[in-house]
Amino acid sequence: MSDSNSSRAIKDFLAESEEILEQLNLDLVTLGDAIENGGDVDPGLLNTIFRGAHSFKGISGMFGFDDLCELCHHMESLLDSLRLGKVPLSENLIETLFSLLEVLTRLVHGKAESEDFTLDINPFIQRIDALLRGDELSAPPVAEGIDPAILRVLTEYEEHRLNESIKSGKNILRVAVNFSLMSFDVELAALTDHLKQYGEVLSTLPSAGDLPGHIGFQLLFGARSTGEELARILQSEDIKIVCLYPAVEVAAPLNFPAKSHPSRPVEVEIVNKEGEGNEEERAASLRSLSRTVRVDIDKLDNLMNIVGELVLSKSAITAIAVQLKQQESNDLTAELQKATRGLERRLEELQQGVMDVRMVPISQIFDKMVRIIRRASNEQGKRITLDVRGAETELDKLIVEDLSDPLMHIIRNAVDHGIEAPEERVAAGKSEKGTITLWAAQKGNHVVLEIGDDGRGIDANRVRQKAIERGLISPEAELSREDIYNLVFLPGFSTRDEVTDLSGRGVGMDVVKNNIAALSGAIEIDSEFGRGTLMTITLPITLAIIKALIVRVSGRSYAIPINSVLETLMINASAIRTIERREVMELRQKTLPLLRLTEVFALPVEEKQGSARSFVVVTGMAEKRIGILVDELIGQQDVVIKSLGKALSFVRGIAGAADLGNQKTILVLDVGGLMNEALRGELARHV
Amino acid sequence: MQKKILVAEDSPTMRYLIASTIAALGDFTVIEAGNGFEALRILPHEKVDLVITDINMPDINGLELVSFIRQSPNYRTTPLFIISTEGSARDREKGMSLGANAYLVKPFAPEELQSLIRQYLGE
Repeated sequence: MSDSNSSRAIKDFLAESEEILEQLNLDLVTLGDAIENGGDVDPGLLNTIFRGAHSFKGISGMFGFDDLCELCHHMESLLDSLRLGKVPLSENLIETLFSLLEVLTRLVHGKAESEDFTLDINPFIQRIDALLRGDELSAPPVAEGIDPAILRVLTEYEEHRLNESIKSGKNILRVAVNFSLMSFDVELAALTDHLKQYGEVLSTLPSAGDLPGHIGFQLLFGARSTGEELARILQSEDIKIVCLYPAVEVAAPLNFPAKSHPSRPVEVEIVNKEGEGNEEERAASLRSLSRTVRVDIDKLDNLMNIVGELVLSKSAITAIAVQLKQQESNDLTAELQKATRGLERRLEELQQGVMDVRMVPISQIFDKMVRIIRRASNEQGKRITLDVRGAETELDKLIVEDLSDPLMHIIRNAVDHGIEAPEERVAAGKSEKGTITLWAAQKGNHVVLEIGDDGRGIDANRVRQKAIERGLISPEAELSREDIYNLVFLPGFSTRDEVTDLSGRGVGMDVVKNNIAALSGAIEIDSEFGRGTLMTITLPITLAIIKALIVRVSGRSYAIPINSVLETLMINASAIRTIERREVMELRQKTLPLLRLTEVFALPVEEKQGSARSFVVVTGMAEKRIGILVDELIGQQDVVIKSLGKALSFVRGIAGAADLGNQKTILVLDVGGLMNEALRGELARHV
Repeated sequence: MQKKILVAEDSPTMRYLIASTIAALGDFTVIEAGNGFEALRILPHEKVDLVITDINMPDINGLELVSFIRQSPNYRTTPLFIISTEGSARDREKGMSLGANAYLVKPFAPEELQSLIRQYLGE
């Protein structure tokens, strides 16, 4: 393989691994739930999990990742014994599978950085071996009385399921059908789904169809129903059902010589009046065979950049069209303006289309969180119910990825410090099981996440004391409840001294806040001591292209992301008042703190001629509001934000730069950062 | 005419690896099937010269595919390899008894597959 081939192969490997691991995670969660609820475990689920580990082993082996391969090999043996019924399903086993999944994920992430990355996998292998040693259940007997020609095509697992069905006294039926080659997958899937309501489809053997353009299938089906009952349920003359085991008598009217040949299969045919399926539907379903494409996020970024540039070119053309029309209005200029408007609409659709591709449901990280909560609560002997809502809410893929770490930290805090041990909860008069809520919802251009727990809450007095001890506030400071909770976001703040395995890895809430701020989001905290804590995260839906309000201050232009602009006002200088050395204004009976960009960016203050009027851009994020004082409002425009690069990342109050299309570059304000600045200013007054 | 090789395998990575291994060998057309059903659909329409199949696939298993192929008049003698992650000796035995010509264990050495292809499809 050439270098470029192998790098593409590695990318494929990483993408597929991630997919497999995510699916395994989901399946394990389902399995865990089934055990917890004491319900029946779907054998198909066990098989899917086995297949996941199996595929993963296959691809790891091809890349010579011995550690991954060996670990998967052991995991596969364990899962194989599990699906073959040789090892009992226990909570300990689920636990082990989750920890295996975690170490596999860590290994894959490591390999993404460097192919030589490895971890000590021996402890995990020993854990699996210990479980396998507990292997006491006997191997299943071989199905007797079943035609060896049928047994020949069964994999070991399918054979096991067949034996299980026989052992549990089910009838083994052969269901034979013919389908058109054009649509067999859909029809077969429909039949299988239908059958699954009555029993287990053990295998699906294809055979050449009786008619040209057709394909036959023989399904091995284990069910409580007899062949006749099943035929009545299926109501199709195209379906032939034969009972293979045990050989049964068929109802008298059909008068088959079943009695004299007890070991011979008996065919039951049922007449039916069902019509043919809809042709159009069949044609459509053909196309749905493989409808998804995996795309490198960089390619999408690139596409987005091109769209961004197009948007800018369009703005330039629009401006020219308007100018032309002002200079000379004729048919041609009118045509040009019409064409430009058409272009504008299509471009908007294109932009929306590319944006849609980047959107992924937030369930991608919620699922990870579910796993973390499950593991952590098991480790600490806590009992937790999860309430997940709005997992289908969509967010930009990049935001979802960067949200993972901060969200994990919050969740760990909730499990570790929030939810109490069962005894403690009962003593406090609460139910033994704690609840963690994980809610997401779209609100306008933002997605709001709420992570709540009904645990012990945050002790405001303790937070205050700690802040005084650490010299973060003065003992005399008068703080509102909100101010006190906001103290936990300050660097170097932690109310717990001991370090646990879960949280307390030296990462504080300040890092969480910074991570969220880097995504142009905001985080708020509310808590009631003894009752629980609620974290609210507000995030923009995407970061790529934004609508911005262009403003001018001291002769310089700035862009303010429109999704954080609530309103704009024109005010007279006399409306600005000073309270405690801070400028504020009255807005609908509320005090609005004001921020002068000239101060933040140390700009020269221009003496304004004429009126003392200026503009206030009221920005809000979550529940916070500030007014930004500017000299002039220029207008709205789509901008593509580009990062300033690492060298300039320390510049406060700036989220990036944007190209305005006329070779002018302007700075985009980091509204979240500016609001923090204002808030810190308020805190500073208390010190 | 270029000889056609059908690869039935549900893992895209594995399909890619098999296809590149074949491509390195020279002039073959590789037809990829992401599952057993796709293979069932392709087989009647394309005159395939060699089939390579996985055992564990989501819809039908590789053994069932092998059995189907051997029953089809056009494919009674077409070379057929099974590539599967080593595991059940029984599955291997069954595959061979159903009429597979070779059984490769993942991770297989590319040379091994190439030599088999040369052996069965060589001039």
